[in-house]
Amino acid sequence: MSRVDGYGRIDRTRTLTFTFDGAQYTGHPGDTLASALLANGVRRIGTSVKLDRPRGITAAWGEDPTGLVQIEEPFPEPMLLATTVDLVDGLVARGLGGRGRLAEVPDTARYDRRHTHCETLVVGAGPAGLLAARTAARRGDRVVLVDDRPAAGGALLGTERICGRDALDFVADTIAELRADPDVRILPRTTAFGHYDDGFVLALERRTDHLAEPPRNVSRQRVWRIRAGHVVVATGAHERPVVVEDNDRPGIMLAASARDLLHRYGVRVGREIVVFTTDDAAHGAAADLEAAGARVTVVDPRPGAGGSATRQAQVVGTRSDAEDGAVTAVTLDDGTVLPCDTLLLSGGWNPTAHLFSHVRGALRYDAELGAFRPGEPLDGVTVVGAANGTFDLAGCLAEGRGETPEPVARTTRVVWRTEGDPARQFVDLQRDSTVADIARAVGAGMRSVEHVKRYTTIGTAHDQGRTSGVIASGITAELLGVPVESLGTTTFRPPYTPVAFAALAGRERGRLYDPERTTALHAWHVEAGAVFEDVGQWKRARYYPRPGEDMEAAVLRECAAARTGVGILDGSTLGKIDVQGPDAGVLLDRIYTNLMSSLKPGRVRYGVMCGVDGMVIDDGTVLRLDEDRFLVYTTTGGAAPILDHLEEWLQTEWPELRVSLTSVTEQWATFPVVGPRSRDVIGAFAPHVDVSNAAFPFMSWLDTEVDGVPVRLARISFSGELAWEVSVDGWHAAAVWQRLLDLGAPYAITPYGTETMHVLRAEKGYPIIGQDTDGTVTPQDLGMDWVVSKKKPDFVGRRSFARPANLDPLRKQLVGLLPVDPDLRLPEGSQIVELTDALPPPPVPMLGHVTSSYRSAALGRTFALALVKGGHARIGERLTVPVGEALVPVEVTGSVVFDPEGTRRDGEPGVH
Amino acid sequence: MQLIRCPWCGPREEVEFHYGGQAGVAYPADPAALSDEDWARYVFVRDNPKGRFEERWSHAAGCRRWFTAVRDTATYRFER
Amino acid sequence: MESPVSTETLRPTGALDGWAGRFAELPDSVALLAEPFHAMVDVRTADPAALEGLVGAPLPGPNAWTGGERVTAIRLGPDEWLLTSPFLAPPELEAAARAAGAAALPGARVAVADVSAQRTTVRLRGAHARDVLETGCAIDLHPRSFGAGSAAVTLLGQAGVVLLGLGPSDYRVLVRSSFAAYLAEWLLDAAREFR
Repeated sequence: MSRVDGYGRIDRTRTLTFTFDGAQYTGHPGDTLASALLANGVRRIGTSVKLDRPRGITAAWGEDPTGLVQIEEPFPEPMLLATTVDLVDGLVARGLGGRGRLAEVPDTARYDRRHTHCETLVVGAGPAGLLAARTAARRGDRVVLVDDRPAAGGALLGTERICGRDALDFVADTIAELRADPDVRILPRTTAFGHYDDGFVLALERRTDHLAEPPRNVSRQRVWRIRAGHVVVATGAHERPVVVEDNDRPGIMLAASARDLLHRYGVRVGREIVVFTTDDAAHGAAADLEAAGARVTVVDPRPGAGGSATRQAQVVGTRSDAEDGAVTAVTLDDGTVLPCDTLLLSGGWNPTAHLFSHVRGALRYDAELGAFRPGEPLDGVTVVGAANGTFDLAGCLAEGRGETPEPVARTTRVVWRTEGDPARQFVDLQRDSTVADIARAVGAGMRSVEHVKRYTTIGTAHDQGRTSGVIASGITAELLGVPVESLGTTTFRPPYTPVAFAALAGRERGRLYDPERTTALHAWHVEAGAVFEDVGQWKRARYYPRPGEDMEAAVLRECAAARTGVGILDGSTLGKIDVQGPDAGVLLDRIYTNLMSSLKPGRVRYGVMCGVDGMVIDDGTVLRLDEDRFLVYTTTGGAAPILDHLEEWLQTEWPELRVSLTSVTEQWATFPVVGPRSRDVIGAFAPHVDVSNAAFPFMSWLDTEVDGVPVRLARISFSGELAWEVSVDGWHAAAVWQRLLDLGAPYAITPYGTETMHVLRAEKGYPIIGQDTDGTVTPQDLGMDWVVSKKKPDFVGRRSFARPANLDPLRKQLVGLLPVDPDLRLPEGSQIVELTDALPPPPVPMLGHVTSSYRSAALGRTFALALVKGGHARIGERLTVPVGEALVPVEVTGSVVFDPEGTRRDGEPGVH
Repeated sequence: MQLIRCPWCGPREEVEFHYGGQAGVAYPADPAALSDEDWARYVFVRDNPKGRFEERWSHAAGCRRWFTAVRDTATYRFER
Repeated sequence: MESPVSTETLRPTGALDGWAGRFAELPDSVALLAEPFHAMVDVRTADPAALEGLVGAPLPGPNAWTGGERVTAIRLGPDEWLLTSPFLAPPELEAAARAAGAAALPGARVAVADVSAQRTTVRLRGAHARDVLETGCAIDLHPRSFGAGSAAVTLLGQAGVVLLGLGPSDYRVLVRSSFAAYLAEWLLDAAREFR
């Protein structure tokens, strides 16, 4: 055990048991998995991804490039850093060989997100960040302070003094002051991982992993969406190593990390320690470790650095004769071999300026630091403390207060690597990338660090090159013989740390993944055993199977009912737009291909809308309610986009038109009542209304009342049958639906779903926009020249009909297909080729594809609709549809395969 | 997530908005008088500058009003 | 053909009928209540003063609502308001709005559409009401930014809503009826942390 009494902020009164690589160990609350492993003398964590070399813990927190583990309990999670995993009782983990394994069981934890707004966001609760937060709070700002560690204090060790007090007391007092302010939100264990435009920062809060028994109703992780007027980046700095030969062994670590492990967790990482540094900070680490009972040799090439015990030399390599591969000796450039169990490295500090870089803040190379630091300031962003390259405590506090610190002389010597075999000098330990790899990249002609990064993969692992990025730039510059500043560094992009998809998904899983829109009758459909179909976000009843029925049987039954008796459909999802104003007719004339202004109040007209390119975008019926008022029905999917389309034309092109548009999609529930017996049902439903053909002709409507409830009846048919659409406000939808069912019972009224609706309309050749069309189909392609006005001088899309491409006789046109085998239903989407017994070698010329395909109860056979090149001229021809291995012969027909004469619209002769 | 300033509702997150492409492309007064090429240019061709660009936006999830905004296509910044 | 006589009257149903039980399980700190059957009409006009008499107050400006004794006006857009009333029947409110509109300035047209069933209303109040909303609403709901009298047409979760501030920790959410079940599910789920 290497736990030292008197050090650390762990709770030694309690013991936690955990398992690593099958062996049981103990630790304490406050430990990370890494500190507990090191306390137990476990140095080897796993092996490297490409070279299978043993690897340990090389840093104390999120910058560690090596210590990746797989968590097995409490829930399987791959590729987590042992340094950032809170130790909990019963934790089971194992080391990784560079790759993890995703859980094979569903994650039952909760994840969520939360929006918050503040005037000042401070990222990092070290001395600079705490002062910045306190300063902002005292001036009355709403403040959010996020910090990725469990407790505030940043890199403070606890040995410093601030304002004449122990540094950690100062931290506690400041936090207490902030907590007492209702406009300050402090978020520990929260990593700001992305910084975006307009003061928007995403931060991941780890809320429950450190708890022995996480509450079930609290999210495990939360993504904070923080909108800040001002962002203070106080994210500190990362120490970087010096690259030496065989620098990847377990037992080799950053000097400041060893110091952190001692003061935070009471873990002394070795007994015989060599510290190799070119920076002053590591001398403090050496002294602390010595005071904690280690034997420490400091190696520093700078003349006069450290005390007399410091060896003025460089480490050029390491050796190991230990079973776990951990370092047992280092070699100096003067040939000396120093036995040791730990090598600590320090080559200076890299400001953690990622959040500044995310919002396109330019980083500038500082040759004295050997690092990149924020350059030109950005509006709304301030970088303070070590993140700004200010490493002394007094300077950090001053910057936190918003003051300019006293300049401090810099003593770091910038050394990227020492002499040695470049193939064993590791730059990115996680990627197994070496100095030799950089040399290969440069040799292959790479001149940009961005290219070198992609060629070598340096900086692309979980740690995003926190410790290796600058070194890679430095070594690349050396190899190219150019200054580092001319080369620059790679761009930092979000996320700063890996974020689980589950956290990003939040609560948008399962039923909340995508909103389910339901009609006023949804409960009835569920009760009736409907099978639902997703139509955009709508849940629509597709069919209502009776016991023993599959979809085909149910749909044949529902179709037969609508064609021989009476059926009823919930058509409430159709989009509805109230168009009001003296120029309503003018607007509709410009939007529809046909004339709408000539429609009389009380009448209904079918219309088609095109884009300016002349392609059909929507269709539906239009009711003229009054001289200056129309009700436009759109397709279900067209409700929102068509309203937007109309608003766009109205507001941006024709603002002079006196028209207002209002969506009334949910205001009105609409039920088609369809079939030869529909007149009986409607007559019973509204006994005071004359429903004879003479009094209530096709394509007319009227408003009436039933039991005092306003109801609209319209003679509209999407099936070719005698039919009414009954419309009622959504409040009374369920009651009216039930009333219609009750009144239809004597006629065996049959509720039918969207599948039957599709069959009925397809038999009549009525296209479904978006199924039989795909944005490249004109009204003429659909065989609907009749819907294109010849009288109107212009309407949206008209000019495009005269473009040569629109006049091409080989355009794909909508036709019907009858498979020669009347029992064979073509799969929708099937390709169509010329009639053949054997396919020619590819590429086979394609003529089109099947857009709709059904089994027809009325025809007693299958049929399809298809878009076929020059299809209208091919009616009567035979073509081939390859279906799997089979070549299916089909006959091309007109698109109306049932009742082409339209004899059924006014009801069966003899019935009324 | 950018903030876009709706002239009627103030700044809102960009997901509330619908992009409408280049502003100021007027519908031709007499489309029938245009050559096929000129008509095709109106239908299909828009400017694509790097830098300042006048665009139409609709506050689709809010007041449903279209407005014109000037945005820098290189920095995404809206002119206020 | 003899037709069966339906003796029941046509009773209205609310989009959140059937949710009361689950709402009732929530603690007072996140109380949810469906408020069905508020009459609502959409009014478009360039002369909002014409409607002052009906509302009993000047029509509200951006991001605001105004409550009169019987009729509330919510600003939806620069020339668009939603009038709501739990007291008037939809045809009454629509007729009243039309009558008021008839007095508008010459040329300042008033368009009125009954949208009573287009949206349904949910009341959310309690100490954690704002916390619940902040799990899915991006606008600043701090009482200094969004207090009593504030209104916003915005997104809550993935549903478009009209959000009204009624007072501290007290909100009314108007949602398209087809999204009501989704929103109810979403709110209940968001409230789980406070149960």
